Amino acid sequence: MSNGYALKNASYSYGETPAVNDITLELAPGKFYGLVGPNGCGKTTFLDLLVGNKVPETGTVYFNDKPLQHYKRRDLARQIALVPQDFAIGFSFTVEEVVLMGRHPYINRFASPSETDWQLIEEAMATIGISHYREHYINELSGGEKQRAVVARALAQDTPVLIFDEATSNLDVQYTLQIFNVARKLVQEKGRTVIAVIHNLNLAAAYCDEILFMKQGKLVQHGPVAETMAPSIIKEIFDVETAVRMDSFSKTRQVSFKYWNR
Amino acid sequence: MMPKKQQNFFLLLCGLIVTTLGTIILSTTMGYIEITPGQILRVLAAQFSDSQLLAGMDQTIPFVVMDVRLPRILTAALVGGGLAMSGVIYQGILLNPLADPYTLGVSSGAAFGASLAFLGNLLLLGHFSVPLFAFGGAVATLFIVLYLSTFNGQMSAATLILSGVIVGAILSAGISFLKYLADEQVSVIIFWLMGSFASRTWSDVVLIAVALLFGTVISLYYSRDLNIMSLGGRSADALGVETARTRTILLLTASLVTAVCVAVSGVIGFIGLIVPHLMRFVVGPDNRKLLPLSILAGATLLVLADTVTRAVLPSEVPIGVLTALIGGPFFCMIFRQRQRRLKYE
Repeated sequence: MSNGYALKNASYSYGETPAVNDITLELAPGKFYGLVGPNGCGKTTFLDLLVGNKVPETGTVYFNDKPLQHYKRRDLARQIALVPQDFAIGFSFTVEEVVLMGRHPYINRFASPSETDWQLIEEAMATIGISHYREHYINELSGGEKQRAVVARALAQDTPVLIFDEATSNLDVQYTLQIFNVARKLVQEKGRTVIAVIHNLNLAAAYCDEILFMKQGKLVQHGPVAETMAPSIIKEIFDVETAVRMDSFSKTRQVSFKYWNR
Repeated sequence: MMPKKQQNFFLLLCGLIVTTLGTIILSTTMGYIEITPGQILRVLAAQFSDSQLLAGMDQTIPFVVMDVRLPRILTAALVGGGLAMSGVIYQGILLNPLADPYTLGVSSGAAFGASLAFLGNLLLLGHFSVPLFAFGGAVATLFIVLYLSTFNGQMSAATLILSGVIVGAILSAGISFLKYLADEQVSVIIFWLMGSFASRTWSDVVLIAVALLFGTVISLYYSRDLNIMSLGGRSADALGVETARTRTILLLTASLVTAVCVAVSGVIGFIGLIVPHLMRFVVGPDNRKLLPLSILAGATLLVLADTVTRAVLPSEVPIGVLTALIGGPFFCMIFRQRQRRLKYE
């Protein structure tokens, strides 16, 4: 499957504790996948298997019908980009230098960035709206600004697959929607694949094509939003009471929660 | 925009090369006998051509320049460059501006190995026995520290520093024990541990030059990967860097260069800490620029420090003591600044 994933009985554990437990799954290209599950259910480890940062202890992750570990790191980095949860940067590079790092897998060891490289980082910075502070030092920015610079870096990487590990955890509503809109546009207009860890169920319902529900390292449910975003499944995963209905304003499925005894 | 930055870098690089060479010549003029720069250049030229150039010159001058001062000064320059280079690499990998060749315990390991050689009178290998023992100690320490800080194939910067400090503390106790056992020879070990460039020879210069050249080539080759690694291992992996392999290669390289520096000149602290830190203020954190500039600045700084103790102070202070006296307070300053910044973040 071109630019698609196939996982066969993939497992990964830390010592005795399995973080990803026997997952078999196919992810078609050109879709927006939401990865949803409680804290500590193995989402980040699952993403590491998809990025190729970890190799499953048993089972295999195939990308383009080839096991991930058979790719060279550099080749893989031209196919799959990661926006990590933790975006601390050790030294004060400028925003522009950080975004340029997204081109690392394309630039030869002693070469300078090409016209194309510069054009792509300009585009990425413009898309996220950070061009005006390109000269600022990354460590002097707020958490949210830093996170947007890291998203721009992943866009500059120009890959068929984008993986977001809670990429909007530090962002306000405006910038959260901006990042999700950019991701959705990439899926819709360029046929890119996005796989994103999303904690907000309403955002997941609004932007994703399919939802993957994980619990205790297992893939519990996988399917289109219309089928999986249902009170019974949410109850099974998170043990909370919800109602799910079509919302006329947003034209999406929206989840309301039972908060406390009013 | 980029070409101008490149231009600035090359200007800075050329400026520093001239400064380093100038400092070496200036330092050679200074000492018990005053020698003019012109005489030094004549002596140097005479090495490569006929000795007619030396006509009319005091016969001690060529000897002082070629056999006493230049080996010592060049050793100081190369050791300064080597320690600064190792500092850039350690700071880059540990993501910590407080890291230097000593944070990993590598130099304590080298010092322990060399002390063993002194104490056991294990001088069967002649001139190379102390360097070899120092080298063995450094590499053994590096492997122990790497082993202690690696879990599930992952190595975190925090555990790496902690392991380095713990192993360094054990080694310091070991050195104290060796001193206690050493009895009459204790002064040899103590003097060597304090660091000195006195009576270095051309074979020291060659040894350290080879190590530094090797280290420079390797570290420049991986310098852009080291930039990417400042994003953390997970992001660097995802950007196509073989993080684990690159880290091992660079740590080994930096430790080899450190070991040779310690073997040749004893324990000289803080050069590897101060120089990369200062140069980062000037050119920013890009290791492709930081590495060559730090090597040159480290060379200049250590030659200056050695000249002060050799030719300016009334009696010679061990160079390691001098750099610690200047470098220690500087370390405290960076430490305070860093804490203040962390508080606001």
